[in-house]
Amino acid sequence: MEFGPIWRAMMRNKGGYLLIALQIAVTMAVMVNAFAIMQERSKKMSRPSGIDDANTFSLVSVSFNPELDAKTLVQEDLDLLRGLPGVANAVETNSFPLRQGGWSEGLHREPGVGKSVSSSAIYFVDEHGLDTFALNLVDGQNFAPDQVSWDSDSPDFWPATVIVTQALAEDLFPEHEGSYVGKTFWFNDENPANIVGVVERMQAPWPTWTGIERSMLVPLRRESEFARYVIRTEPGYRDELMVQAEELLSGSNKDRIIRGLGSAEEARKLSYLGDAAMIKILSFIILLLTAITGLGIVGLASFSVARRTRQIGIRRALGATKPAIVRYFMLENFLVSSVGVIAGGVLAVGLNIVMVQAFALTPLAWYVIPVAMIVLWVVGQVAVAGPARRASGISPAIATRSI
Amino acid sequence: MFRYYLKLGTLSIRANPMLSALMVAAIAVGIGACMTIFTVRHVMSGNPIESKNDQLYHVQVDNWNPDDPYDEPDGAPVQVTYVDAKALFDAGRAFRQTTSFKTSRVVQPDGEDARPYQEDARATTADFFPMFEVPFLYGAAWDRSSDETQDHVVVLSRELNEKLYGGEDSVGRTLMLNDAAYRVSGVLDTWNPVPKYYDVNNNPFEAPAQLFLPFSLAIASGFDNNGNTSCWKPIEEGSGREGFLASECIWIQMWVELQNASAKQDYMDFLNAYVEEQKLLGRFPRPLNNHLRTPEEWMKYNEVVDEDVDVLLGLAILFLVVCLLNTIGLLLAKAMRRAKDTSLRRALGASRAELFKQHVIEAGMIGVAGGALGVVMTWFGLRGIENIFIEYEFIQHLVRMDWSMVALAVVLAIASALGAALYPTWRTCNITPASHLRLQ
Repeated sequence: MEFGPIWRAMMRNKGGYLLIALQIAVTMAVMVNAFAIMQERSKKMSRPSGIDDANTFSLVSVSFNPELDAKTLVQEDLDLLRGLPGVANAVETNSFPLRQGGWSEGLHREPGVGKSVSSSAIYFVDEHGLDTFALNLVDGQNFAPDQVSWDSDSPDFWPATVIVTQALAEDLFPEHEGSYVGKTFWFNDENPANIVGVVERMQAPWPTWTGIERSMLVPLRRESEFARYVIRTEPGYRDELMVQAEELLSGSNKDRIIRGLGSAEEARKLSYLGDAAMIKILSFIILLLTAITGLGIVGLASFSVARRTRQIGIRRALGATKPAIVRYFMLENFLVSSVGVIAGGVLAVGLNIVMVQAFALTPLAWYVIPVAMIVLWVVGQVAVAGPARRASGISPAIATRSI
Repeated sequence: MFRYYLKLGTLSIRANPMLSALMVAAIAVGIGACMTIFTVRHVMSGNPIESKNDQLYHVQVDNWNPDDPYDEPDGAPVQVTYVDAKALFDAGRAFRQTTSFKTSRVVQPDGEDARPYQEDARATTADFFPMFEVPFLYGAAWDRSSDETQDHVVVLSRELNEKLYGGEDSVGRTLMLNDAAYRVSGVLDTWNPVPKYYDVNNNPFEAPAQLFLPFSLAIASGFDNNGNTSCWKPIEEGSGREGFLASECIWIQMWVELQNASAKQDYMDFLNAYVEEQKLLGRFPRPLNNHLRTPEEWMKYNEVVDEDVDVLLGLAILFLVVCLLNTIGLLLAKAMRRAKDTSLRRALGASRAELFKQHVIEAGMIGVAGGALGVVMTWFGLRGIENIFIEYEFIQHLVRMDWSMVALAVVLAIASALGAALYPTWRTCNITPASHLRLQ
């Protein structure tokens, strides 16, 4: 083939070709790393929360009358909510997965307040918690109603039974094999907790926390002017029940306000707003970058065709066919792109190493590099096709003209 | 000659309209991408209290777990306990001092059918306002004496005053909060520091509180802390609210104003002496680890700027690099194509310096156009960011472009264009006279 002459012709004007190759290389480095970040974020966003996101919503009651008895009010509210047609179950709790605000505790394998061995998000619930959150109980059992106790607002008391997530159990007892039910850990030097049940999954409220899969249900109700209700509905009833529940509670007692009405899906969306934004911004950058590089190739190829009009005419006059002219420019671009994507592969890995060190990102998956190479080859070929076709249209008669 | 070169540049740009447009667009897009992210970063890393940066200090004392530092390897807690907040405030050893925390109140507007609603509040002390130069529209902060007497006084934000009283001077009026009557002592003017430097532990990018009330009153009445509470030592069982206040849990932000370096040294000595004294009582089991940090240091220490912004900025800079490589390539192609004109001009006596001037002026024109369009692109970029974060109400405060950013965009664009023009111009200047005048 014509690799030889094309390569030698390129070598006579290295600067120009080197620039395109470099542009393709940097484009590839950015593309690959942007894509790696997008992959990481979309993986993060697709983690299941463990609860029934689609049919769950939450609202908060804040009473402003100091005389109001919190315990009675919560019981009345729960009776009202659970009695609503379409409500599967409801519970009073402090938070729910991905709400971005909650309670966490350091945990110990032995009594004491020294260095904790694990930590966990805490969800205070009654015996309806397990069902309201629609958790998958893989071992043990739910709390019995008499295991649920009431306490003041301050965290000075811990009940003796808890339900933990599989991830928390594994983190607390890494050596242990078999059932975690019956195992004991400590909140501090006075309060042991006995695992009565293990659920497959329930995420913590904080999306960026490394321990997001570690959480536990604690059968404790806290007397406070502030009560958060989480409600799970039968499929399809959520939106209408959100309106109904707010009206129902607002009307039932004038000494409090109802606020913070929102679905678990909204909370999830808000939690991952930054990640979704990263994905959008990065995909926009990739698109724009590809377009700029593609247009640059079109511009340079057009130039090169215009500059070589006479040579092309001479080649045509000497018997080169139209496809041969097209092939020349396509091959030339292929060679430049090849240099570019090979350098780009090296740059991409280098940039990834820097970014992983500086920003604690996950290293990129190897296959992204060959995929990006192919994409850029194709972009180059598509970009050069137009000018190459125009070149092939140059009349052999041009050769006979002077300037 | 300058005007002549401007004319030549215009002609040359007009001769290749598509190509020139491509160069201008490439620079504009590159500048737009960089400046969009840089503007957001500029706002997020700003210091709204720069004028007093050497007088305000955030107080940290290390009351944490002897076996487990608050922050590896030896970071001190980022908030203080009530015990320490009270002791340090009561000692009054700084020129001004304030202890505060984030809370909320239910506002009960006058009128039978007006529905009550919850507003964010900050429990703080009288010094908070002069320390942070909080502007007042009407009235003033409460007296320092109210910090001790637990008076029911309140300062309203301009926004809330608008909502409650239609924006009129409401000083002296009575406002019901959680069934208790408060006297309005002042109304703030618009005040929205970004970042919210005085409390970066609880989201530095959110609107300030709508209500400000005395700290002592909030403590005595048992207002909930809506911000972060961290504990390492269990609270005594059954001790309730009293036990919580006496605990080693941290939840209060403390700032002091110290007018000069010697005052700062004195205060540091005082803090150290305080901790030593507490150690005798069995508290503060960790080594002495007290810190006074300026607002700027404090924001850095807490990494207020999101890491994602830095990642994006890095990628945006590389994006600009690609755009510039693109421009260099196009300029070079253009220069080579004009080799004939150039060599003719050289043959007719133009010196290399003159040629250099001509090409730099032409590149400068492309740079100015790219910069102007780049500012427009930045504006669109910021609107795009705003749109992506539409659910996050505070985003509008982070996507504001000021004149310094506009100027930077234009300067960066011109510098980029000139930088891009260097290599092609050098190649042009090296063309020998008359070499291209032969037939091909």
